[in-house]
Amino acid sequence: MSLNGFKACVLRTGGTNCDLETSIALEEVGIKAEIIHMNRIENKSLLDYHLVVFPGGFSYGDYVRAGAVWGKNVLVKLRIELERFIEEGRLVLGICNGFQVLVEAGILPGDGVSETPSAALANNSSARYECRWVWLRVENNETPFTMMMEKGEVLRIPVGHAEGRFLTRSEKDLEELKKNRQIVFRYVLPNGDCANGLYPFNPNGSTYDVAGICNRKGNVMGMMPHPERAFFGWQLVEWGKTPPERGDGRKIFESIVKYFRERIY
Amino acid sequence: MGLGISLERMRYLKQYFKERPPTDVELQMIGQTWSEHCFHNVFKGDVITDDGRLINSILKTYIMRSTKELDKDWCISVFEDNAGIIDFDKGYAVAAKVETHNHPSAVEPFGGAATGVGGVIRDILGVWGEPVALTDVLCFGPLETRYDELPPGVKHPRYLYRGVVAGIGSYGNNMGIPTVSGAVIFDKGYTGNVVVYCGCIGILPKDAYVRNTRRGDLAVLAGGRTGRDGIHGVTFASAELTEEAEELRSAVQIPNPIVEERLRRAILRIRDERLATGITDLGGGGLSCAAGEMAYRSKLGVDIELDMVPLKAPDMAPWEIWVSESQERMLLSVPEENLERVLEIFSEEDVEASVVGRFVETGRVRVFTRKTVVCDLDLVFLFNPPKVTRRARIPRLTPAWVDLKEPIDLAGEILTLLSDPNIRSKEDVIRTYDHEVRGCTVVKPLHGEEAGPSDAAVVKPLRDSWTGIVISCGVNPFYPDPYWMAAASIEEALRNNAAVGGRRVAILDNFVWGSPENEDNMGRLLKAVEACYDFSKALDTPFISGKDSLYNESPLGPVRPTLLVTGVGIIPDIRNVVTISLKEEGSRVYIIGSTKEELRGSAYFRLKGVDGGEVPKLDAKLSRSLINSLIRAVDEKLVLSCHDLSEGGLGVAAAEMVVASKNLGIELDLGKVPSNTARSDYVLFSESTSRFLVEVDGARWRRFEELFSGLPFSMVGRVARGIGLRIIDLKNGLHELSGSEIKKAWRGY
Repeated sequence: MSLNGFKACVLRTGGTNCDLETSIALEEVGIKAEIIHMNRIENKSLLDYHLVVFPGGFSYGDYVRAGAVWGKNVLVKLRIELERFIEEGRLVLGICNGFQVLVEAGILPGDGVSETPSAALANNSSARYECRWVWLRVENNETPFTMMMEKGEVLRIPVGHAEGRFLTRSEKDLEELKKNRQIVFRYVLPNGDCANGLYPFNPNGSTYDVAGICNRKGNVMGMMPHPERAFFGWQLVEWGKTPPERGDGRKIFESIVKYFRERIY
Repeated sequence: MGLGISLERMRYLKQYFKERPPTDVELQMIGQTWSEHCFHNVFKGDVITDDGRLINSILKTYIMRSTKELDKDWCISVFEDNAGIIDFDKGYAVAAKVETHNHPSAVEPFGGAATGVGGVIRDILGVWGEPVALTDVLCFGPLETRYDELPPGVKHPRYLYRGVVAGIGSYGNNMGIPTVSGAVIFDKGYTGNVVVYCGCIGILPKDAYVRNTRRGDLAVLAGGRTGRDGIHGVTFASAELTEEAEELRSAVQIPNPIVEERLRRAILRIRDERLATGITDLGGGGLSCAAGEMAYRSKLGVDIELDMVPLKAPDMAPWEIWVSESQERMLLSVPEENLERVLEIFSEEDVEASVVGRFVETGRVRVFTRKTVVCDLDLVFLFNPPKVTRRARIPRLTPAWVDLKEPIDLAGEILTLLSDPNIRSKEDVIRTYDHEVRGCTVVKPLHGEEAGPSDAAVVKPLRDSWTGIVISCGVNPFYPDPYWMAAASIEEALRNNAAVGGRRVAILDNFVWGSPENEDNMGRLLKAVEACYDFSKALDTPFISGKDSLYNESPLGPVRPTLLVTGVGIIPDIRNVVTISLKEEGSRVYIIGSTKEELRGSAYFRLKGVDGGEVPKLDAKLSRSLINSLIRAVDEKLVLSCHDLSEGGLGVAAAEMVVASKNLGIELDLGKVPSNTARSDYVLFSESTSRFLVEVDGARWRRFEELFSGLPFSMVGRVARGIGLRIIDLKNGLHELSGSEIKKAWRGY
């Protein structure tokens, strides 16, 4: 099936700053992407799209808590539509600040929208912004975002954030996430072994080295690392003698394409 | 009132205002416009030297003259707008600007540094550029300075360091512009005067560079509100820092990067729809300078209604509104028919914008508040203040003998140098800056799996072009001879650029100096500026923009005179960039250029507490030949990795290549290095210019040697697996360091 019918909406608001490179990544794999400001979303219907992306940045300056203001803004403006959007099995992807937004809005890690956030992306345990390339292990390759990957595969993707330490309310919540296979990516050592919180492999001190999670159904995913910055081979931090063909981040976008191709609405 | 106008100029003003007294608004405007910060009186004034020369404008005589004589067709706009603009690719141009923000950072480091970044980003927006990269070079006193060494009013280097680094990171990260290049320098000469250089590089479609304000166009002020923050910022920046500087905290602006992020979006949309005829940023002097300059450069006048300016505090005096330097504001000239669309775009991006006046044909700047004229000045008068004359005493460096025993443990010397605060890894700083945002960073500040220090950063700004912008810097404040210091800094910027494959380099100069009223300071400045002419001309690299910050004086004395040279080059295909990490076991390692006994001011001599011998000098003709051959070798893909030799010389350069590499190291035979010295430590640590260490493809080295025939170069070793450095000295002694020892010394962990 051709991808012509499938469209992505890349949302932005004041302080969003990764919308352009994220759209470029989507377009490179053949998904038509529109960047839409929250101020103009009223004139559009989310249901015209099949994928909504919350890209990285510092929405509203990340004042209060990272993603908190945009998270509430999303609920005020889009709650009913977004709930239906998710219910219908369409895709939502949050990258970095977008992940923080999904958590603050109560969209992750729950199913549907929870009244209060049930997890948090807290200040990095290094207490500072961290821009570095990390190693991620694919824990669940049966989501629409990871179906082009192998389980256990190690990806090389950069992070750039000050608030990325994933915390759950309790041990029990974490166990739930594990049981439901909601943990999609974990920070690992270069050889694929667990980082067990070891800095800088786990760059922020995340519980259980969590780097990305999805909802139970798997159609909403949030991740701290930036796949759009590891999309082209020339973006990578190490080349060898010549630049590699492609970066690992590309696989996320290709997975989305595969999912769209196989799925008939 | 704190006008900062000299007595001599006050007398001149008295003459001018014969018929009526000036208003406070007028006096404040004159004070701002004529300040050293805004007008650059010293660079534009006369200099009389102690050897009897009269130089009329050192800016025109030296820096701009070389650009004019080089007359490059790829220079689009130089020294006239907010930023220098050069040709790029596919109808696009590159804009570049570097600023200093020293005085504000000394008082309030976070806000001072953050607004420094904000200001230089607006300089790029002010030529319709889309910012794509930031640079920063920071100089602090030693972090281990004792509190009792600090006089009242001087803040501790550690406090300044933390605040400045956080401020820079905060602004760039929030704006989503990668901070890709820079340096951090520690020295006692910066304890009283912290130095903060902020640079920004942008791109713009060439035909979007519009500077055509017309009569009748409306003056639209957009962005943040105007408040009492940043009042007298420029006169503050043009004076010496004293104990009372703390009182001037209100001269420091308050940063709000999110407002500027929205402003950027709106400005670029207005640019793309070609809705405005002119634009400028509000920086030093605020609205007074922006409106005045915009009218003056278009040979028009301007009428401004202060009542229309949105304020943070309602009770501001007219002069406060007029000169406030509140951040995140831009001024646009908009034809009446486009106004509605312009305001619509601003509103869609949540940016406040108001029409504050109109450009008229009067040649005057008139300011109204509640229908009353509070300022009415002739622009020609305003922008042509009486010239300043400074006296310069030409410095003569006292020769000094060196008494230093050759050390036995060269490996130990390398480790000590690697852990020197000025050489060791700046990872703690670099990682707090997002250098990957925008997804365009090709060569990163810390490159490779093992994160070694890159010579220059490369960004790929256009989706449909492989051409990259290569950004480098050169700064050598420790060389005591200002002429050769400037020469070495210019060449270092070119060398760093060439080391990754950059060419066609344009350069920017930023002087940070002590008071020009001191004849010795002025003499040193003159020598440095002379070198700028001589070597930019001889090295075929035009200056396109620059800025000077003088009066960096504190209770601890003048700042260490510092010239930053920023290089902006291009690489036609970013897939050919060269990085610092060693690539292949068995490949050949060459040194390019010749090594002389030039260690005065070097990292090695400073470590040993020795001052003497020769400073590194520069043979411009040789430098050009070497760099040209290197670029050819890069384009023919003969170069696997490359690093320039600068601080710490060959020893440090080789070690840094090992830092960046995984399980690969270098065998180095000092006897094969082309040099004029019999001492192994001098061969290892001399800082002679024009040198590179290059890893060459093992199969194609003959072609490489052919490219360098007739030039000083030599194969000095090979890349080997499982070692760090294995050095054979001039007496056949062996010195070994493992990769992990080297990495630990450089990284600190």
